[in-house]
Amino acid sequence: MSSAFHNLNVMSRLDLTRRLVALLKRDEAVIGGIGNANFDLWETGQRPQNFYMLGSMGLTIPIALGVAIAQPKRHVVALEGDGSLLMQLGCLTTVAMQAPKNLTIVVWDNGIYQITGSQPTASQSTADIVAIARGAGIANSAWAAEEGEFEKLMAGALDGGGPSLIAARIDGEPGVGKTERDPVAIRASFMRGIGGKK
Amino acid sequence: MTLGTPRHGSLAGKISCVIVAFPAANAPQNTGPRMSQTTAAPADKPWHEIVLAILKANDVKLIVYVPDRVLTKLIAALHVDSFFTVFAATREEEAVGVVSGAYMAGLRGAVLMQTSGFATLPNALASLVAPSQIPALLFVSERGTLGEFNLGQALVAKTMRPVLDALAIENHTITRHDELAFIVDRSIKQAYATQAPVVFILSPLLTGGKVFAA
Ligand SMILES: Cc1ncc(C[n+]2csc(CCOP(=O)(O)OP(=O)(O)O)c2C)c(N)n1
Repeated sequence: MSSAFHNLNVMSRLDLTRRLVALLKRDEAVIGGIGNANFDLWETGQRPQNFYMLGSMGLTIPIALGVAIAQPKRHVVALEGDGSLLMQLGCLTTVAMQAPKNLTIVVWDNGIYQITGSQPTASQSTADIVAIARGAGIANSAWAAEEGEFEKLMAGALDGGGPSLIAARIDGEPGVGKTERDPVAIRASFMRGIGGKK
Repeated sequence: MTLGTPRHGSLAGKISCVIVAFPAANAPQNTGPRMSQTTAAPADKPWHEIVLAILKANDVKLIVYVPDRVLTKLIAALHVDSFFTVFAATREEEAVGVVSGAYMAGLRGAVLMQTSGFATLPNALASLVAPSQIPALLFVSERGTLGEFNLGQALVAKTMRPVLDALAIENHTITRHDELAFIVDRSIKQAYATQAPVVFILSPLLTGGKVFAA
């Protein structure tokens, strides 16, 4: 097959997460998935609008969709690993069908299940995450070829007009932060952070 | 326990009170015109209208489902009622993720599924809903018992109660029309008050179930 990745830079998840967080100006909600996405999100500073997943592999995007439906005025960003997304691909079709304008999906594609020992995922060789997302109906799906393009795509996505998906080829490094292992505290803090507690 | 035995978890004591209050509780199912004690839903309505009314009364607006034949009328009625946001998810755990996110953002939701859908949920329940204390409302149309014709359904159904027991998740098997409103209304309120999930198992005794088309 012709690789979808031939012209893509291999970037750093932590660096891109920092760039992403720097673009957040309107108390956007961010859901950090299982694998390393939540660790690097934690490392960038514990915004009260962040939710860190410690389990339920594959549910980052569904959780983000629920937040987006509940609060249409707040933008919601889902940070998901390629392995986790491949476990729950059907959710992309649901997102496309519901079409929330305020949802952006970011896929950290390292081509491996890094956290469990760096075994290869299908996206390392044969599966193209962006083509899959387009096929699922998320027309606004794109690869970010390098850091500047990632920031441009992200800034555009945060302006509404979603749902959109941005995929970035990243290296095989582990996450840097160490998310607090307290699901109730994480949930309570997130709910306060986004005014979900009535 | 024997197949189809109703189990009401921690509500057992309250249910016996209801039976004392209504001596006619042994009357034939689905016919009693009694009003529920606790909700606005008249008991002479079909089960799915009662469920819809109670969801509405408790401000549960988001409904995500993976379909089941027995739930057809409920799903259809929810779809045409503009109070609700209703859509299908591709998997039950996806639906659980959506209502969990919505709850954290201030919107109440419920998931509708059949027994085999519940069988896909232990991981999502044990690693998201239960440890995060999210009051997810799960309605399960009970297949696999009381005349099941599909061996696979019957076996899958046997995994449901052991999972619920292992996770100590509040659950009620609803067999009686006259108890439906009480159980669902009270349990939804309890779920939000105590930040705990609750599972409503809708028995064929309540819904009629699905029978073999010979
Ligand atoms: C249902 C389920 N299966 C397997 C696992 C083990 N597991 C945890 S994270 C992970 C890999 C995640 O891969 P990816 O999303 O690509 O993130 P990365 O580790 O590369 O950051 C796996 C297999 C799990 N937690 N849950």
